Amino acid sequence: MSTCANDVRIDRRAFLKVSLLASGALVIGVGYGSSSRARATDSDTWAPNLYVRIDTNGRVTIVSKNPEAGQGVKTAFPMVVAECLNVAWEIVSVEQAPLDDRYGRQVIGGSRGTPDGWNDLRIAGTAACELLKSAAARQWNVPVAECNAENGTVIHVTSDRTIPYADLLEAAAALPVPEVSELKLKSRPEEFQLLGTFVPGVDNPMIVTGQPLFGCDTRLDGMLYAVYEKCPTFGGRVRSANINRVRSQPGVTHAFVVKGTDDLTGLLPGVAIVAETWWAADSARKKLKVDWDTENSDSSEAYERRAKALANESGETLRADGDVDRALDESRRIIEATYYYPFVSHANMEPQNCTARYSESGQLELWAPSQNPKSGRALISRTMGIPEDRIHVNLTRIGGGFGRRLRSDFMVECAWIAREIGRPVQLQWSREDDMRHDFYRPAAWHHFKAGIDIDGRMIAFDHHFVTFGRNGETVSGAGLSPNHYPAGLVPSFRLTQSLLKTNVPTGPWRSPGHSAYCWAYQSFFDEVALAAERDPLEFRLDLLSRSFGDPPLDLKRTRGTLALAASKAGWGSRELEPGRGMGMAFHFDHGGFVSHVAEVVADGANVKVEKVYSGIDVGPILNLSGAKNQVEGAVVDALSTAQLEITFANGAARQSNFDDYGLLRFNLAPEVECHFIQSDNSPTGLGEPPIAAATPAICNAIFAATGKRIRELPFSRSGIRV
Amino acid sequence: MSELSLTINGTDHTIDVPPDMPLLWALRDVLNLTGTKYSCGIGTCGTCTVLINGVPMRSCVMPTASASGATISTIEGLDPSGGHAVQRAWNDEDVPQCGYCQGGQILTASALLARNPDPSDSDIDAAMSAVLCRCGTYPRIRKAIKRASRYMSDEGGDA
Ligand code: FES
Ligand code: FES
Repeated sequence: MSTCANDVRIDRRAFLKVSLLASGALVIGVGYGSSSRARATDSDTWAPNLYVRIDTNGRVTIVSKNPEAGQGVKTAFPMVVAECLNVAWEIVSVEQAPLDDRYGRQVIGGSRGTPDGWNDLRIAGTAACELLKSAAARQWNVPVAECNAENGTVIHVTSDRTIPYADLLEAAAALPVPEVSELKLKSRPEEFQLLGTFVPGVDNPMIVTGQPLFGCDTRLDGMLYAVYEKCPTFGGRVRSANINRVRSQPGVTHAFVVKGTDDLTGLLPGVAIVAETWWAADSARKKLKVDWDTENSDSSEAYERRAKALANESGETLRADGDVDRALDESRRIIEATYYYPFVSHANMEPQNCTARYSESGQLELWAPSQNPKSGRALISRTMGIPEDRIHVNLTRIGGGFGRRLRSDFMVECAWIAREIGRPVQLQWSREDDMRHDFYRPAAWHHFKAGIDIDGRMIAFDHHFVTFGRNGETVSGAGLSPNHYPAGLVPSFRLTQSLLKTNVPTGPWRSPGHSAYCWAYQSFFDEVALAAERDPLEFRLDLLSRSFGDPPLDLKRTRGTLALAASKAGWGSRELEPGRGMGMAFHFDHGGFVSHVAEVVADGANVKVEKVYSGIDVGPILNLSGAKNQVEGAVVDALSTAQLEITFANGAARQSNFDDYGLLRFNLAPEVECHFIQSDNSPTGLGEPPIAAATPAICNAIFAATGKRIRELPFSRSGIRV
Repeated sequence: MSELSLTINGTDHTIDVPPDMPLLWALRDVLNLTGTKYSCGIGTCGTCTVLINGVPMRSCVMPTASASGATISTIEGLDPSGGHAVQRAWNDEDVPQCGYCQGGQILTASALLARNPDPSDSDIDAAMSAVLCRCGTYPRIRKAIKRASRYMSDEGGDA
């Protein structure tokens, strides 16, 4: 996942295509072509990235190409089009696109939806509006400059004449297509009417009435239900299984061994059981006995022993600025601490599932709650030898993504079973499958040493990062950029890294890396500030006031969010009673700047997180409701995850369900107060940025309230109960 | 297998299932009422909540046979047009993120409000701690319950 929001198409130019459908509807598509090629609108192969349709009854339909997992794009994107097209929100509907190469990137990940979509959406809406205005101006024989568009109508300002868009469609389609470069795109909150307001999600009416929306709600004629048993020990293979016994269980139609592949992210070996209902398949599974061939003996205890040994080795140097050893020698004081966080699971509420139908003609159709359907299609094609153009993927709503559904193991399993049985089938993982076969966020150890000078400034930062790797490279989700702060914020800096071998599958977990290590950095900064007898806010603002070489993040924007959160929380101006404490942290990832101040009350080791104040800068806010929902949810997620861990024994996860991996419950959720700085930058996403700084803000507040510094997560390891 | 009669959202159904099959799977896989969702299967998360004679119950651990003769309400039956005070409040506060847990949340909230139209924060805590939400919509659920309570009192009672 990229952490840079600026790497979006620079060498490609947007083109528009306008057409009139047989129904009389006007369609405006935005697409891209290389600028070196001829005008892409002339070619038959021209591919829209996005389209907007205005029907003869005036209704507007916008295709949503990205899947929706609760991050809010399905509502925010059409809002952008409606804003630029100047139509009422009520007449806009949204259609979910299937996987289609014409739409370009169709991934939920990296909080990229907003920055990627922003231009296309505005271009589509604005171009359509300009065409309709021109069509009206022609009809009235007046200059376009005298026409305004409002609420789905063109108005001639000087004469007060009006024409609804619906009456202009044919005329608009006949006009020359506007030049994208000449369009004036709205970009600032002052220009917005709809954007920045609180708009409920477009799927809410279906959600609150329980309509089928999710992958697991798919029902096909003659569909069967499958479970798929894999070796609890990662990498295990089937030696033999009592297939006949399982096949004779009530309701069971098929049971068979799947040989699988060696790819830990692909089709793992296992046993498929298919039945008339999921419960029948799952009941038969209880009779299944598999002799597994396993070698993996990974355990959390062995990891810990090995990590301790590695702590005393020097590690590979990833970055060195100045002379850290000398700077430490010259420091007035050295602060040293080790931080540890465990593996955690994604635990989406909707366990992995997929539905598939394989037809005799060799076509495969899937219904998949996938964050990355294109890579799922590629995996299926590779594993099963089905050409990609014979695989059609329908995108369903997703019951929680958080990075888990960037992997496509559940898709290839279902596709395999569907071809094998020749009947439509829904594969539904059990909760236990889901938790034992996740791609976990990896654990790590951070050994920090900081030196402060006579003024209490951090002049040296020495960091030994002990993380997981294979073949000399960090495993997925276990890396750390050498340019991450405080690199560039201190004159002498060193980052060294040691790798610990693991055979456990790992992967991106909401704000990959950041959501884990931000806690370590920002907790340690608190220790340094307090050791230097400085206020944690003043210390951080000062740290963010100068850089050595390239700054690792935008200092001004970061300071802005921190100062905002602190002032809203009443930092330094409120008298707190004993047992009450506040803590703070800042962070930057996926284009977003977020600082939190947490307020907690403690009674001994029992802590209640009461409130979190958030200062956020992701540029202009598109949907105020969606934006706040992401921030509130991320804070709850941070607190929830800080009390959870996945541990391993004999190469398998010990936890398997919500009884031993207990997500935070309702009564413990803090109140979240969001404050946005609508800065002069392009909008960026909020699915990820608000989570990272929440954990350390909470832990720093716990220290302020209890005097207990949390250097190990989950909380229970540090003797804290939330 | 045995024939069971069920009254779901005011409609009578006769189905032929093993009596110990949990109600969740009878609803989802036999009757194709997919509004009730599976998540943990062991009675811990509340995602699969249905109302049995108005009381929130976890359908994943409830044998279908034991629901026979009772009044079963699922999310599809609350108000199919979405006009129930809780459904409107849920939309107006824009509670859902992914939405997967929300059927269980809404039914639990509607049962709370039916017996306690003006719940305190601790009443809300006690009732709503039964249902997990991975997306963390808890702060909004609290607001939505208070809003639904206002809608109900403005409209003179019945949810
Ligand atoms: S699915 Fe029934 S309580 Fe979790
Ligand atoms: S809204 Fe996603 S689990 Fe609750």
